[in-house]
Amino acid sequence: MIELSQVVKTYQAGLATPFTAVDRVTLSIPAARLTVLKGPSGSGKTTLLTLIGCMARPTSGRIHLHGLAGDALPHLAPAEALEITSLPERFLTAIRRRTFGFIFQQFNLVRGISVLENVLLPTYPTGEDHRAVEARAMARLESLGLARHLRSSVDRLSGGEAQRVAIARALINDPAVIIADEPTAHLDSRLSEDFMGLMSEFKDAGKTLLITSHDPIVYDSSLADLVVEMRDGRVVSGT
Amino acid sequence: MRPPLQRYRNILDFALSSLLRRKGRNLALISVYTLVVFVIASLVFFVQALKREAHELLAQAPDMVVQRMVAGRHDPVPLAQVEAIRSIRGVDGVQARLWGYYYDPVFGGNLTVLATEDPALAPDAIWIGQGVARSMRVREGDLIPLRGYDGQSTLFSIQKVLPESSELVSSDLVLMAPKDVRALFHFPEGLATDLAIQAGNPRELPTIATKIVELYPDSRPILKSEILRTYEAVFDWRGGLMVVVLGSAVLSFIIFAWDKATGLSAEERKEIGVLKSLGWESSDVLLLKFWEGTVISVTAFLSGVLLAYAHVFFFSASLFEHALKGWSVLFPRFRLIPALDGYQLTVLFFLTVLPYTAATLVPSWRAATVDPDAAMRS
Repeated sequence: MIELSQVVKTYQAGLATPFTAVDRVTLSIPAARLTVLKGPSGSGKTTLLTLIGCMARPTSGRIHLHGLAGDALPHLAPAEALEITSLPERFLTAIRRRTFGFIFQQFNLVRGISVLENVLLPTYPTGEDHRAVEARAMARLESLGLARHLRSSVDRLSGGEAQRVAIARALINDPAVIIADEPTAHLDSRLSEDFMGLMSEFKDAGKTLLITSHDPIVYDSSLADLVVEMRDGRVVSGT
Repeated sequence: MRPPLQRYRNILDFALSSLLRRKGRNLALISVYTLVVFVIASLVFFVQALKREAHELLAQAPDMVVQRMVAGRHDPVPLAQVEAIRSIRGVDGVQARLWGYYYDPVFGGNLTVLATEDPALAPDAIWIGQGVARSMRVREGDLIPLRGYDGQSTLFSIQKVLPESSELVSSDLVLMAPKDVRALFHFPEGLATDLAIQAGNPRELPTIATKIVELYPDSRPILKSEILRTYEAVFDWRGGLMVVVLGSAVLSFIIFAWDKATGLSAEERKEIGVLKSLGWESSDVLLLKFWEGTVISVTAFLSGVLLAYAHVFFFSASLFEHALKGWSVLFPRFRLIPALDGYQLTVLFFLTVLPYTAATLVPSWRAATVDPDAAMRS
C-alpha cells in the first residue's frame, strides 16, 4: 500500500509567485489494485504521480510505502513501511529503479537509439549481466508483439508501438508498482482498449497500478478498483 | 552490490551510441578540436625538434667565437690576433674563419659563402647546399657564375652538392677556397671574419673570454653557452615567442570548448531527466557525460597529435615553413628527427583534454542534480 498524508507540493516556494500544485492530499493506494487519478488538466494528477514515484520531493507531508520497496533497499524487511520523503537521493533513485515502472504521457523514449536499447536503459546502472537483461528485454518485447522492431530506431514506430516500448521499459526491472501518466492521451479507442487489456494482465500478475487519466475508457473501466478525482491540487472524491 | 565493471561498460556502450546519434554535430566538434590540437602540437613538436637539432649542431660548434667590433658593428679580425690568443692558457686551438653573405639577384636569396681548406676541394670548384642547388637548378658538374664585388662574374664548377642530412645548416651554403672568397668579396689579406676558439676545459671559457677582452678591448667573445641560451630564449615554449603563440591557441581552444560543451540542448536536458526517472543516479549521468567528453577529447587529441607528428616529422612542417624556417627565401628541406617528449605531451593533454571534459561535466552536473521531473519539464 502507498499512503499519503497531508502531502503538499508548492513550486517556487518563497518566491513572489508560489504555485501549489498538490494541496494537503491524504490518500491510500491499495497494493495489487488499479487506482485511477482523474481530473482536468492542472488538477495536480501528474505532480502527485511524480511525488509518489520519487521523482520529486513534497514541500510538506509524508508518503509511506508499505511492503513495496523491499527489492530496492536490501536492508529493509519486505513488509516494512518506508517513509520516502526524507530519504537521501541515492535511496530514492534505487526505489525509482526497482519499485516503480514509469509509462510517461509522451512515452519519453530516447530518440536515435533502438527499441532494445531503450528498453535496456533502466538496467545499465544496475550492472546486471548484459546478456541476461537483453534476453529478458527481448522476451518482454516479444510478448508485446514488438519482436520484429527490436533493432529498429524508436523514431520509426507508430504511437501504439512506441507506447508498448515504453511499457516494456517500465517492466524491465520487474517493478512492484506501474505508474502511467495519461497513457491513452495519444491513442485511439482501439489502442486504448488494448492498453487496458495489458493493464489487466499486469493486475492479474499482482502489480500495483496507478494511472492518471481523464479518459472514460480508463476511469470507467471495470478494472479500476479506486478512482480518485482531483481538482486544483486537492482530492475531491474517491478516498 | 552492483558489479561496477559491468556498470562502467554499460554506460560506456550507451555513451558511444549517444555520440553516434549526433554524428554530424560530434564530427564537426571533433574536427575543430583536432585542428586546434594539431596546430598546438605541431608548434610544440616543431620547436622542440628544432631545439634538439640546434643542440646537436652546436655540439660541433667552436666553444667560443671572437669577433671584432668597430663602432658597434662587426668588423674583420686581424690574423695577427690568432697567435696572441692561442698563447692564452687554456686555449687549445684558434681558427680564423672567412665567410660572408652573397646576394643572388636572380632568385632573390642570400647565400652563405664560407672558406674551407678541405684538400678534397678542387681549384676553382665549389661545394653547395641542397637549397642552392634547388634554387639555381644546378647539379654536380655544372658551372655557375657568381658576381664579384666589382660586378665581374666568375665561373665556378660545382664539385659536390652537400648531403640532405645536413640541410638544416647547409641549405644556403657555398663552400670555396679561401683565395676565392677573398677574390669574390675583395676581402683583404691578413684579416678574417671571426676567430673560432677551442678550449680544453669549458669551465675556463669565461676566464679566457675576459683575457681576450683585456688583450683586445675591441673584441667580442661569444660563448657557445650564450648561443644555446639565445636558442632557449627564442624557442623555449614556456617563454619568448612560443608562449604568445601557444597562449593564444590554448585560450581560443578554451573559449571554443566552453562554448561547445557548456550548452546542453533542451533535448539533452530532457534526456537526463528521463534517465534519472528510469533510475539513473546523478553519478551515472555524470559518468555518461564524462565518457562522451572523454571519447571526443581523446579522439581529437590523438588525431591532432598524430597529424601533427606526420606534419612535422614526415612533411617537414610544410604549413609553418614560411613563418618559422628562417628569414631566407631558400627554405631548407629537411627531415627533423622524430622525437616525442612525454612531459610536453602530458602538458598538451592537460591543456586540451581537461578543459573540454570539465566544460562538458559542469552543465551535466547541474542538470543531473535537479529532480528528474524538473529536468523533464524544462
